[in-house]
Amino acid sequence: MTRSEFSRRLVVRAALAGAIVPLGRGAWAATAEAGPGRSGSGGPKRLIVILLRGAVDGLNVVVPYADAAYYEARPTIAIARPTEPGGAPALDGHFGLHPALAALLPLWRERGLAFIHAAGSPDPNRSHFEAQRYIENGTPGCSTTADGWMNRLLQALPGRRGPTDAIMVGPTLARILFGAAPVANLPLGPGDARSMPIDRPLLAGAFGRLYAADDALGAAYREGRSARARLLGDLAREQDIAAAGSPPPASFAARAARLGRLIGGDERIRLAFVGLGGWDTHVDQGGGKGQLARHLGALGDGLALLARGLGAAWRDTVVVVLSEFGRTVRENGDRGTDHGHGNVIWVAGGAVNGGQVYGEWPGLAAGQLYQRRDLEVTTDFRAALAAILGPHMGLADRQLDLVFPGAPPAGAGLAQLLAV
Amino acid sequence: MAHRFARLLLAAGALIALLGPARAADADRRVIHVLNRLAFGPTVDDFNYVKAIGVERYIAEQLDPAAIDEPIALRFALAQLDTRGLDAVALRQLYGPLRTVDGVRPTSAEIRARQVRAQRVVRQAEAARVLEAVLSRRQLQQVMVNFWFNHFNVFAGDGLDRVWVGDYEEQAIRPYALGRFRDLLFAVAKHPAMLIYLDNTQNVARGLNENYAREVMELHTLGVDGGYTQNDVTTLARVFTGWRVNPPNSAEFPGVAAVFEGSRHDYGPKVFLGRRLVAQGRAEGEEALEMLAESPATAHHISYELAQYFVADAPPPALVERLAARFLATGGDIRAVLASLFASPEFWDSAGQKYKTPYEYVISAVRAAGVPVNNVRPLLGWMSRLGMPLYGCQTPDGYQDTEEAWLSPEATMQRINFAVALARGFLPLGAEPEPAAAETGREPRRPDPVDPARLDRIFGATLSGSTSAVVAAAPPVLRAALILGSPDFMHR
Repeated sequence: MTRSEFSRRLVVRAALAGAIVPLGRGAWAATAEAGPGRSGSGGPKRLIVILLRGAVDGLNVVVPYADAAYYEARPTIAIARPTEPGGAPALDGHFGLHPALAALLPLWRERGLAFIHAAGSPDPNRSHFEAQRYIENGTPGCSTTADGWMNRLLQALPGRRGPTDAIMVGPTLARILFGAAPVANLPLGPGDARSMPIDRPLLAGAFGRLYAADDALGAAYREGRSARARLLGDLAREQDIAAAGSPPPASFAARAARLGRLIGGDERIRLAFVGLGGWDTHVDQGGGKGQLARHLGALGDGLALLARGLGAAWRDTVVVVLSEFGRTVRENGDRGTDHGHGNVIWVAGGAVNGGQVYGEWPGLAAGQLYQRRDLEVTTDFRAALAAILGPHMGLADRQLDLVFPGAPPAGAGLAQLLAV
Repeated sequence: MAHRFARLLLAAGALIALLGPARAADADRRVIHVLNRLAFGPTVDDFNYVKAIGVERYIAEQLDPAAIDEPIALRFALAQLDTRGLDAVALRQLYGPLRTVDGVRPTSAEIRARQVRAQRVVRQAEAARVLEAVLSRRQLQQVMVNFWFNHFNVFAGDGLDRVWVGDYEEQAIRPYALGRFRDLLFAVAKHPAMLIYLDNTQNVARGLNENYAREVMELHTLGVDGGYTQNDVTTLARVFTGWRVNPPNSAEFPGVAAVFEGSRHDYGPKVFLGRRLVAQGRAEGEEALEMLAESPATAHHISYELAQYFVADAPPPALVERLAARFLATGGDIRAVLASLFASPEFWDSAGQKYKTPYEYVISAVRAAGVPVNNVRPLLGWMSRLGMPLYGCQTPDGYQDTEEAWLSPEATMQRINFAVALARGFLPLGAEPEPAAAETGREPRRPDPVDPARLDRIFGATLSGSTSAVVAAAPPVLRAALILGSPDFMHR
């Protein structure tokens, strides 16, 4: 069997498997069929990383409603207790979920969603760009690491690598994907799939000859063309989905739905990255409603659509949502929060042993805070990712050390995070 | 004998005929190299001009921008931008947020109207920047304004910086772009746009904010490996306590945008970079800035960045060392450092080695195409789409200047789409500057398609063989797009 026959068969199988997911029955149908604790479909394992740039307020995402200190520190922006009107739906006896994320509750109940609280970077830097650099290069405290950990991960994966093994959404490559392995970026915004000059055969032919050389520009050109070809193919499929009640193209939701379908329909794609801004809520953050609630609502809807778009591939996918640092426990004078330290990491997917809040909770009382103002970090973000990459992507310790050099080992507390 | 001599002559003639075009291409290559680096790429006029006067004289001219007359079209266009003459205080009064006066609060409709009005200031700053980059004959000055703005980046989306970003560029950056680094550093440190952007306006003795203190060392002067400690960061933050934006209702200094307020200053003893500072209020900050400007680490950091911009992503260490020595010997004279750089063999050996940033790509394409530009909005839109919105870099490290940061599959597709749109005359660049267009109700005018012969006059002798062949084989209507979207044109 030639390589192309082989990949064609894989694509057909993926498409058929995707076709049995009923679109109208909620995003989590595939998860429910796979069931928690069961292994996936045997397809390629995928990792999708969503970086919330600007530092989302994790204490209002997964709300420690049982801590009195939480309500004392946040007189106007706290999320109400589960028993109160508009309160945070309870995740367990201690934590609740921001009400704007209600779209994720079915997933939580089906154990396809977990959180790791009090997680983050061990580096104390509260500068957005420094802290994002560390999250992306995977070496907190060392800003000179030139490549990103997702690129190192791509290099560590077994098997032959192609230009679309890793994709990201956006006009330029993010630092997290910098490095030796080729990576493709896509716009995926509403309207980006419209026909462009480069899609016209005459121009594409001439530019293809201009960029025929086997160099960096030539490679970028060819990767760009193949990514666009897939995007346009996706557009054709979209006509069907629109008829089945597709959402309005709110920007992240539309991108997430496309991303899910792209990945779900293409077994070559192993890694994907999305950066989302708008979380730096220094002023008028809001509580159960307001600025942060709107952004979280869009993110939650987007995640639901991402999962739906993935179809059967959801079983073999882990989605990680994280931020460069958390925000202050105490609200500031402008009904917002400032740059803090610990945050919550979200982990979703068919292979996740969800329905639990992982991590060691340090508490919010005065003596328990980091530098007397912030949530402590009790789980290094690299340890959390290692606990996923090891079992999920089949990486040995030696390979994990290439992805996160010098990182602490994944703690025993996260050993059950994946249901492998 | 005579025959042999004649044959020799013939052979020599053939040799000259063969070498002639090659030599001409070499000369063109040097001209294009200088215009790619000291300018935002060649226009037909600049190309012919530098060919006529020679590259050495052009370099000398560019190092003395005040002696170069600007084209009347540019002076006329800039004169239309009525917010450019206003100082920082007036800009805040006329375009900044409305305040409560005598207990009367502005209505939400008034606040919204004010926000719309403030857009006008940043739009004019953007128009000025792009028009000067495209049209100015003082090209090196425009290149250095872009370079230093990026080095001392502020973000136009950060509060009042929307109305101050243009003033920051004109008052703190442009006058010193080819001057002394120390003067540039001082002007930046005291401009309200920087005081807001890096939060020093909130830095007070009772509540330190280290943001500016950290970045002024890491990004503006010493560099990340410049040998300072966290203690130096904290001490420098204490040094700058009290440097702030003057409140709008200031009775003492109503005409000043930035002040030192002694009551916010930490007068305690301080040791900065190993030197004991005398408690002297504002002058402490100036002393610290002098120390930073004079440091060999700063000379090295700035020289590295200049060599990275003008020579290569990974600049030759020997060149960086020579430039740093020149920087120290001349007290941070930027013009002197650049003169050394432009005379270096490394500079001349590096033609075509830099991948253009989106800003450089868009501006150089418009210059080469020779399209008249009145409306810069489409160009700004393309810069954003290519990932580099003007005045839109949120982080203080500014945009990267390496191929690694900008070369990507999607960027390559989008650059080609831009090249096609520009070459075919699809971009509405000819619109009247607002509000004239809105009042007259006229459709934005689209320019004529770009004449490929114009591009051929500049690049005809120097395009790579493969690009020339593809262009020559293409239908004439596609040729300009192919040249502007070619791999050759992605580099400078």
